Amino acid sequence: MFGLALKMLFGDTAKYLMLVAGLFFATFLIVQQASVFCGLMMWTSSTLKNVGAPIFVVEERVEQINEINPLRDTDVSRVRSVTAVRWAMPLYSGIQRVRLESGSFKTVQLLGIDAASLAGAPARMVEGNLEDLRLPNTVIIDELAVTRLSEDRNHPIQVGDRFEINDIEARVVGICKAMRSFTGGPYLWTTYERALQYTPPQRKMLSAVIAAPIDGMTADDAAAEITRKTGLRAYVNRGFGDNPGDFNTSTIWWYVRNTGIPISFGTTVVIGFIVGVAIACQTFYAFVLDNLTYLGALKAMGMSNARLSLMLVIQSATVGMIGFGIGLLATAGFAYAAIEHQQPPFVMPWQIPVVAFVVIQVICMMAALMGIFRLSLYEPAMVFRA
Amino acid sequence: MTETHKKQVVDVRGVEKHFGDGPDRIHVLKQVNLQAYSGEILMLVGPSGCGKTTLLSAIAGTLRIESGEIEVFNNPLHRMSGGALTRFRAEHIGFIFQQFNLIPTLSVAENVGVPLLIQGVSNGEARKRSRAALDAVGLGDRWRERPNKLSGGQQQRVAIARALVHEPPLVICDEPTAALDAQNGEIVLELFRNVARSPDRAVIIVTHDNRIFSYADRIARMDDGEIVEERKQEHLHAPHFIHEHAI
Repeated sequence: MFGLALKMLFGDTAKYLMLVAGLFFATFLIVQQASVFCGLMMWTSSTLKNVGAPIFVVEERVEQINEINPLRDTDVSRVRSVTAVRWAMPLYSGIQRVRLESGSFKTVQLLGIDAASLAGAPARMVEGNLEDLRLPNTVIIDELAVTRLSEDRNHPIQVGDRFEINDIEARVVGICKAMRSFTGGPYLWTTYERALQYTPPQRKMLSAVIAAPIDGMTADDAAAEITRKTGLRAYVNRGFGDNPGDFNTSTIWWYVRNTGIPISFGTTVVIGFIVGVAIACQTFYAFVLDNLTYLGALKAMGMSNARLSLMLVIQSATVGMIGFGIGLLATAGFAYAAIEHQQPPFVMPWQIPVVAFVVIQVICMMAALMGIFRLSLYEPAMVFRA
Repeated sequence: MTETHKKQVVDVRGVEKHFGDGPDRIHVLKQVNLQAYSGEILMLVGPSGCGKTTLLSAIAGTLRIESGEIEVFNNPLHRMSGGALTRFRAEHIGFIFQQFNLIPTLSVAENVGVPLLIQGVSNGEARKRSRAALDAVGLGDRWRERPNKLSGGQQQRVAIARALVHEPPLVICDEPTAALDAQNGEIVLELFRNVARSPDRAVIIVTHDNRIFSYADRIARMDDGEIVEERKQEHLHAPHFIHEHAI
């Protein structure tokens, strides 16, 4: 019987395609926009991923990594003095402008790390040698910088090339892999002292202290100890989750609370839902109306209301699954292109397709319920009154 | 075969039905009494709005009556629940509608197999039996086609096959020839006489079409919600009857 229900559905090609198209569009809007939002939120904490230290110590009022209140240089020693700390190193993080040979300027995210330990250095080098960072006037750039800082596509910037930061020479000694920054500029690594030379002087220049816990102590316990002993704010750097003491979590929630980004993306997701509801409900209701006489005839011939309702549910759930599948496939195509071109940001945790599937099925059930309601009003005797 | 030898399968006693409320309330069935017997073709005739289709719906168990009693195969329809009526219809009644009501997106064989699937018969068995039913109405070679590829007469033959495929003891027909020309109407009525009629089955036909009266074993004439006259086969060909009931 349910095979016949599907044949009735597929047989009405126009409405079937309309339903699938509507649900595909809704799926694509919901999944793609939610994934781009997640990707963008991940970008907000990219400095934390690129530096990779287990603990970040910042000024006590700092809530997110991209808005730092500078510390005193002596704060590094204060953190080192905490017994829970195995090591603690200074970190500079700031946006600077690079002047290329052609005279044009580009914005970069400059990171200054401790020259001796190289703590906070890029994790994966593509070209060059990390230790060369100790040579005079040297920087390591990420892969994005290769495109952004090159004069043209035929002459990509490479190891040995030079540019200027604040009128001071910077020579590229390595290229690394890194996550993109929220501001869109490439990452440049140099030593802490040289970063201070590249940066116009201020009274306090230390952005953060990066640290690691001693063996046998968790990062959370060490961070709590640092906060208690120094009065500074110590965050762990584990990744977005439900821990408010994690700098990634704190950073992302700051953007959610203080920017219009969630509303902007959320609006599009809601529009996707509304489009899905409008098209699916309207089209499925029209499908039921078109077939009402036949459904009424089935009712007269002895098919129960429950079985007829189940037929409608199966029909709507089927178009939901097909529309969702095509929508997810289209999103995968978009994701492939996004990852290939490194923008727009795209991160799709498993929760997004699961929630989107539930939302699409809810839309389909709403459509089916409208049909079931209409069918319940149709008395079997009405089939004789054609 | 006389009525005393035939089994009474439908017994309608004192049935009343109204439609609407207040000043628009219409008395559609007024103390209607009617019996139908196995092996006979009973036609319900009368002018439009006289209550024929309402009575047919009540006998088919698709419409609730307000008072009176309807027993079909000793099942008191007036006392049965909605679910029981639905099961009763699936098992005991074959339906033929004026507009055929064949589902256009299904093949002819799939349409014929629908009553079997409603009863829970397997797809394979339903396919086999629907092909046999189509053979019986002369459309065995058209089983793959969609209904809209067939003429009106052929579609009604498919509808007859669908009504008979599960071998119901009662077949209900609503204006089966109304949408057909004279030639196709005759073919369909021949099928009623040769295929639908059987000693164990009653056929009740609602019709306006006086051309087909000769196919009836008995005719009940309705007027203004009442059965005003009943005639058996031997009286049907009298010229005054045909004339009086030409509508």
